[in-house]
Amino acid sequence: MRVVEKRQLLSAEEIGRTLQRLAHEIVEKSGGTKDLALIGVRRRGVPLSQRLASIIRTSSSANVPVGTLDITLYRDDLSTVAQQPVVQSNEIEFPVDDRDIVLVDDVLYTGRTVRAAMNGLFDLGRPRRIRLCVLIDRGHRELPVEAAFIGSTIQTSDTEIVEVRLQEIDGEERVVLVDRVA
Amino acid sequence: MLQRLEHLLGIENLTREQITFILDQSKPFQEFQRHPLKKLATLRGKTVALAFFEPSTRTRISFATAAARLGADTMNLQAESSSLKKGESLLDTVRTLEAMRPDGIVIRHSSSGAPHFVAARLEVPVLNAGDGTHEHPTQALLDALTVRDRKGKLEGLNVSILGDILHSRVARSDIQLFGKFGTRITLCGPAMWVPRELETLAPNIHREARIERALEDADVIIVLRVQTERMHEPALAAEEFILRHQLTPERLKLARPEAVVLHPGPMIRGLEIDPRVADGAQSCVLEQVTNGLAVRMALLYHLVGGAPVDAPHPAKGRSNAAD
Amino acid sequence: MLLIKNGRVLDPLSRTDAVLDVLLEGERIAKVGANLSAPDAEILDAKGLIVAPGFIDLHCHLREPGQEMSETIETGTRAAARGGFTAVCCMPNTQPVNDRASVTRGIVERAAAAGSVRVWPIGAASEGSQGEALAEIAAMKDAGIVAVSDDGKPIATARLMRQVMDYCLSLDLPVIDHCEDPSLFAGGVMREGPTSMRLGLKGIPAQSEIICAGRDVKLAALTGARLHIAHMSTVGSLEYVRFAKKSGMRVTCEVTPHHFTLTDEDVRYDTNYKMNPPLASQADRQALVQGLADGSVDAIATDHAPHHPGSKDVEFDRAPFGITGFETALALGLSGLVHSDTISLMRLVELFTTGPARVLGMERKLAAGEPGDVTIFSNDYPWTFRASDSPSKSRNTPFDGRAFRGAPMATIVAGRIVYRRGATASAKG
Repeated sequence: MRVVEKRQLLSAEEIGRTLQRLAHEIVEKSGGTKDLALIGVRRRGVPLSQRLASIIRTSSSANVPVGTLDITLYRDDLSTVAQQPVVQSNEIEFPVDDRDIVLVDDVLYTGRTVRAAMNGLFDLGRPRRIRLCVLIDRGHRELPVEAAFIGSTIQTSDTEIVEVRLQEIDGEERVVLVDRVA
Repeated sequence: MLQRLEHLLGIENLTREQITFILDQSKPFQEFQRHPLKKLATLRGKTVALAFFEPSTRTRISFATAAARLGADTMNLQAESSSLKKGESLLDTVRTLEAMRPDGIVIRHSSSGAPHFVAARLEVPVLNAGDGTHEHPTQALLDALTVRDRKGKLEGLNVSILGDILHSRVARSDIQLFGKFGTRITLCGPAMWVPRELETLAPNIHREARIERALEDADVIIVLRVQTERMHEPALAAEEFILRHQLTPERLKLARPEAVVLHPGPMIRGLEIDPRVADGAQSCVLEQVTNGLAVRMALLYHLVGGAPVDAPHPAKGRSNAAD
Repeated sequence: MLLIKNGRVLDPLSRTDAVLDVLLEGERIAKVGANLSAPDAEILDAKGLIVAPGFIDLHCHLREPGQEMSETIETGTRAAARGGFTAVCCMPNTQPVNDRASVTRGIVERAAAAGSVRVWPIGAASEGSQGEALAEIAAMKDAGIVAVSDDGKPIATARLMRQVMDYCLSLDLPVIDHCEDPSLFAGGVMREGPTSMRLGLKGIPAQSEIICAGRDVKLAALTGARLHIAHMSTVGSLEYVRFAKKSGMRVTCEVTPHHFTLTDEDVRYDTNYKMNPPLASQADRQALVQGLADGSVDAIATDHAPHHPGSKDVEFDRAPFGITGFETALALGLSGLVHSDTISLMRLVELFTTGPARVLGMERKLAAGEPGDVTIFSNDYPWTFRASDSPSKSRNTPFDGRAFRGAPMATIVAGRIVYRRGATASAKG
């Protein structure tokens, strides 16, 4: 089974502009940065959350804390995988209680990852509010999950995969749509 | 990717990479112990059978808590209860277990090789919680995690193991584990309990008759308890043992200043270890307990979680969260 | 009448190694010669096979009376016949112990009725083998015992051993000892060494056997008795035997096939590797092989110790000691000793025939007038041993599934064929 690149969805420049816009949206719709915190969902939500925090720091001089959440233990499909995925630690240096949290991830799809992320967050404490920020919303929700901050909405089919490639992890910067070919 | 661990029967057959993997995977579970809500649904729907043929409170509770925190159910089979009549053959117990269809079995037994016996007959992951005088692998793993956290590494350390080594499965597992990491291992205890053949268990290992010599330059000191229930030989008088083998604060000073002291528990304060050492800054006994929980959670997660090896992979592409 | 034709006859006592025919009439050998003919005789074509005097197993356990779940005289002797044995000496640790004439007679009668091969009982040295009072050895001798032993255990004390030796000397019976020091053995389950250390199993030091063997040899020197060391497994014991032989003492010894084939390094948590004496070190094994070659060892004996399947399917330290051995003994001897060019075929035949016979004070040969006991075997027939095919009731063997070259092809006892491999006893098998 191979994957074949169908088309590019976002270029490096477009990713940069999108993140700029998202960062500003977050600050605007949060009524400021008090109690605000960004938590990136492993893996690719992490560099995205860090970049958003960096943009916010530059533009509003506010230091919004950033954390990392590992959702492996909260996935609902673990009992069906043969080999257990490697677990990693969270890195959240600030208390979660009463925080205005924005979860950051690269792609919103079925919603299961976000549900797992919320379960993980609730184990750490009681945030005041959780909103979701994603680079791409590709539809096909299986749970009632919605994102408050969306970079780009894309129509996809079941066999397609949205691949977000980021410099920090993949060594290149683009979002592509790939398809599985038998 | 590491070969999937099917059972945890001993340290002897684990590679250095597998051990490192288990220790690394224990870290998130260490952190987990600090969550206000210590309950996951990761192993929900799974059942872990705790088959403890030898009395054990600490290890059994540790495994039971680990399973519960992962969301699994446990089946408690204890030698004292009616579910495991004293003298019931291991084969019959295996059949009983088979009928109950657990997803994992944790077994402690007085016969070396009992976990292997069970693993050979059932298609269920088996974790050895201590078999005879053979191994106690989770103890060695939690000891290693404790040492690695305190010293930053395992490689090249000087490890001294004190006490009744002949009858100690903890010692054997520790020797096997530390021996794979290029450590220098020194054994010291009453001579009839430290036979020469122990030196075949690791590459750089030797026996030392005097505790003072054994403690020189030690980075890690593992103090074993005196095994009164496992001795077939004439017992040694307590005064003799204390005189020559007790870890006192004075003797501890002979080790490196940052040396750490471990004990598998339960301690007999005043016998193998002076209470001031047991409660002192260099003692890691409390961390050992917490780390025991983390290690056992990591092992249960990897061995008990997961579909049967031949189940079809559910990757229909429904989740983008592949990593 | 039975005429064995075209076989290579190996007869140690006459040093015969030639293609000859053997004619059996009634229960005896009538003639051995070239190109014999006997129009009325049943012909057994032994072309390409070796024809030897009937094999004797000095040491086995038939479990009857009292432990018929594991074996009976009937099933055990059928297995023995399949192994090429024409006579077996069964140890007295039955239930009740064979320590009196009535039990001996029971065994002899049962063997006559249902046994496939000759059964020569070994009587207990002490009552119940408890190591205190002497058993009624003279009465047992009249009933048919060929030797005396408390096997399963050592003869308990030096004082008792001396008495047994004195008494048996007067009755012209050999004393067979299972050499072991109980205080050193103490709960052990395998040989003490690096393997027992690794597996966490309680070890038995070699000195357990050696000390007892030394005791027995020195007492044999004192009494002049005929002493036979059972299932010898250590170089230390072998040294005592060599010393004794050099001094002209009538000391003999036997080695089991598993002791010249396996070592303690082969042990894992498999109770088919648990026996007493335990598998020994490489150095011991090599010394035993040397002893088999140079004549210090007199006989190969199986110590066939059947245990019904349930009893061995337990944790290693709870399992009873012992493995079966009739059917693999010859093949292990061929592959381990002859095919490796360590000993000659003739020497192997000695170890199964004249050696054991000498221990019992008799002779084994293929000559006119001798008992009609003949063992016919192949030196190269390929086969795989399957425990499930064995007529023994027990399956406790480490050799299940092992491929061999060389096998017993036919066994003749008192002129009757009691075992024949396949339809015809020929090289095609």
